[in-house]
Amino acid sequence: MKNKIICLSVLAFIFAGCEPEFENELSNSSYNSGDADFSSYVAVGNSLTAGYMDGSMSRVGQSYSFPNLLAQQFAVAGGGEFTQPSYEEDVNNLGGIIGIPGYGTRLIIDASAGGPEPIAGTSTITLTQQATAYNNMGVPGAKSFHLLAAGYGNSAGVPLGLANPYYVRHATSPTATVLGDAMSKNPTFFTNWIGSNDVLAFATSGGVGVNQLGNFDPNTYGFNDITDPTVFAGVYSQITTTLTSGGAKGVVATIPDVTSIPFFTTVPHNPITASLIGGGNVAVGQAAITQLNAELYGPITQALAAFGQPDRIAPLSTSGNNPLLIVDETLTNLSAQIAGALIQAGYPAPQAQFIGSIFGQARQATSNDLILLSTRSVIGTAPAGIPAPFDAFGITYPLQDQHVLTADEADMVAEATVSFNQSIRGIAEVNNLAVADMNAILAKLVTGLRTEDGQLYNADYFSLSNISTVLFSLDGVHPNARGYAVVANEIIKIINDYYNAKLPQINAGNFPGATVLPTN
Amino acid sequence: MRKLLSLTVAALTASSAFAGGYRVALQGQKQLAMGHTGVAVVNSAEVMFFNPSGMAFLEDRFNVSIGGNALFARTKFQNETYNWKASTENFGTPFTAYVSYRVNDWLSAGVAVYTPYGSAVEWDEDWQGSHLVNDIDLQAVYIQPTVSVKLSDRFSVGGGPIYVTGSVNFNRNLTRSLTNEEGERSDLTIDASGVTAWGWTAGFMFNPIDDLMLGFNYRSEITMEARDGDATFNDLPAFAEGTYTNTTFSADLPLPAELAVGFSYKVTDKWLVAVDYNRAYWNAYKSLDVSFGNDTPTSVNPRNYKDASTYRVGTQYVPNEKFAFRAGWYFDESPVRDGYFAPETPRNDSMGFTGGLTYQINKKLGVDFSFLYLHFDEVDNSYDHYSEGTQDNVSFGGTYKNVVFSPGVGLTYSF
Repeated sequence: MKNKIICLSVLAFIFAGCEPEFENELSNSSYNSGDADFSSYVAVGNSLTAGYMDGSMSRVGQSYSFPNLLAQQFAVAGGGEFTQPSYEEDVNNLGGIIGIPGYGTRLIIDASAGGPEPIAGTSTITLTQQATAYNNMGVPGAKSFHLLAAGYGNSAGVPLGLANPYYVRHATSPTATVLGDAMSKNPTFFTNWIGSNDVLAFATSGGVGVNQLGNFDPNTYGFNDITDPTVFAGVYSQITTTLTSGGAKGVVATIPDVTSIPFFTTVPHNPITASLIGGGNVAVGQAAITQLNAELYGPITQALAAFGQPDRIAPLSTSGNNPLLIVDETLTNLSAQIAGALIQAGYPAPQAQFIGSIFGQARQATSNDLILLSTRSVIGTAPAGIPAPFDAFGITYPLQDQHVLTADEADMVAEATVSFNQSIRGIAEVNNLAVADMNAILAKLVTGLRTEDGQLYNADYFSLSNISTVLFSLDGVHPNARGYAVVANEIIKIINDYYNAKLPQINAGNFPGATVLPTN
Repeated sequence: MRKLLSLTVAALTASSAFAGGYRVALQGQKQLAMGHTGVAVVNSAEVMFFNPSGMAFLEDRFNVSIGGNALFARTKFQNETYNWKASTENFGTPFTAYVSYRVNDWLSAGVAVYTPYGSAVEWDEDWQGSHLVNDIDLQAVYIQPTVSVKLSDRFSVGGGPIYVTGSVNFNRNLTRSLTNEEGERSDLTIDASGVTAWGWTAGFMFNPIDDLMLGFNYRSEITMEARDGDATFNDLPAFAEGTYTNTTFSADLPLPAELAVGFSYKVTDKWLVAVDYNRAYWNAYKSLDVSFGNDTPTSVNPRNYKDASTYRVGTQYVPNEKFAFRAGWYFDESPVRDGYFAPETPRNDSMGFTGGLTYQINKKLGVDFSFLYLHFDEVDNSYDHYSEGTQDNVSFGGTYKNVVFSPGVGLTYSF
């Protein structure tokens, strides 16, 4: 018996010695922070920093915010605690904010209906004030100057549009500023990805706002306006100076161009085909197109040609793709002239005037016009109170300003984006900060961004076929969890490079995409 | 909560892959102790595996050898780029049973049962490579009726048909990211048992001069054709339940042919040395393709194995009638090519160190002990052929380190 025990012990000892050991066993000491200090990491920014996706903040979505993903990697290299605003009350992960119009639940794909829609249910997220400064100070909707705005978290300002409900939830006081709350965390390291809303709000609204170029008072700006570049540079400089005032190092991120965002690139400018018009029946569609050309497109084209604008609208082709009809406010209004021509051609005056009013500033879209993702569900539907045959948006009734970012508007956006990004890079250089050129990184998605594992990601909008690779959430503007993982990983590579750190990377392939439900 | 795609074959006993591919070289306590040489060694009924022709040269009329191993296989994985760590620890009990009977001066017959192929790997569930494998249990039992004919005192031939019965159970996650509504990863299990197939083995031994024996043996490739096994999807999100319904699957898994040549030489009456060369025709394992009984797309998993060699040396010293001592060494080449390092068989080249002894209780009955230690260098490798979206070259890899250790015991009875 004794021998047996000895034998077994010897065996156990031998086997214990057979535990596989790596020459360099991975541990925290395998990684380091280089010249950086992650003990107090603070993130400032907007929705992209907050972890907004699928058109909402939500409890689970927030856990995939890029700062939270970064902080998990920082943890092996001296990273400290990282806190985010509480969404515990979002028990069912529906997102939204209860009681405020425009803050609906998060988008999901309803497989029975085929498209994105807000998940059924009532939001349980409230404006209960947490009065706490968090490490993640990303506030959805914030523009650059909002970070400095006292009262941006004052609940009394919400109905007036002066305060931001998301910031109201956690502002340390009604007069606190986002930046002030951020600084109360005494950051040793920060990320700052602010500025997108200074231009993207205009773009996502279809350019209904104003380009405030030359207006130096942001208090007079509407939400959909483009911030003046001088204002932006001044604010950005002030934010940077504040963030670095305690010696913190960090990464600042540039603003992505609209051309790498599926919200602007998913819906083609020329989706009209015989098949579409015929509801799948090409012959029916072709007959309808022939009729449209005879009764509508033909006469209008003729009238426009007579007034020297033959390029605005051409008759539809029965065999190819035809462009959408859109309103372009930069065009000379030819309502009266069109009406006159139609009267002359024998149309009753009221009808001629009506058509004139619709088509006075209408033209067909070109590839330089960006049709908004939100417009997809509008095309072909009836404008309120408009009779047949003008009851089809984009086909017989032009899409309106809020449906399209026209070429001129897109130019304004591009110009502002370039200007803001120049300011960001310049200010970063002066302050010796690393730049995450998210504009360049997301631009790679247009042709394909290759990750270390060989996967090639692009800027496409969700479809069932790219369910494992799509990076953008269902709102078409914000990344999904997988997309935020790509963002975080790009930032890690930049930190490793710029601050001589060695942080573990993040593999985006393991992160989820959209929520798909059989029915909603 | 299990994971996605693959396949197998069926049997009775658990065994673990620890050599190249899913070959498990533990086919006899005496020969294992001698570096698993044996194609030209006439020691015991174990020769029925190594070279059936040797049965005719056994001294006793009736020979029985039975034995089993406790196989411990551990693999650790890490990836420095992503700070990934995972491990698998597996235990198996491959066994052997050999019975031979000399019918007359020139003819011997017998039955051999052994488990030369198998694999058991169980990674941490939902580990980083779970889209390739969560766990696999592959088993195959060979049953081999055998005859051997002594054509002269210096030359014999032998062989026999092989009946294989096997099973496979394999689980992997469906994709790298799909989960159900509760956040649990969606996965697929395929399970088939009672898969059977036939093959054969044949060899000869030649004794050109006293004290020198030459041997040659060939065991055929056997393809385990799993048909109508169960494919079960787990933890699917509701929307995917219509796409992935539980169904049947079919898949082929080759158990490759193996050729062995070698010699043994009696240096003295008490001291024997043996040298074997094995060639395993793993080239047959091109791809693990799993097709389903419904519209679920066929899962294609390139393997692209290459033929692999094993070099063995062993020695035996018999000081008296009570004891025999053995030792051996071998180098086992992995059939896995770079870029095809799939974590279901996470092994690279290895070196085996073996030893053992026999204690003869009486003239008829002896008890055999053996041990094997397999040394693997740590290896950086990856599997670069995972399909996701439009890409079929998504890579998963890192550093792997294996340790395999196996004590064994057996009984030999002969008269």
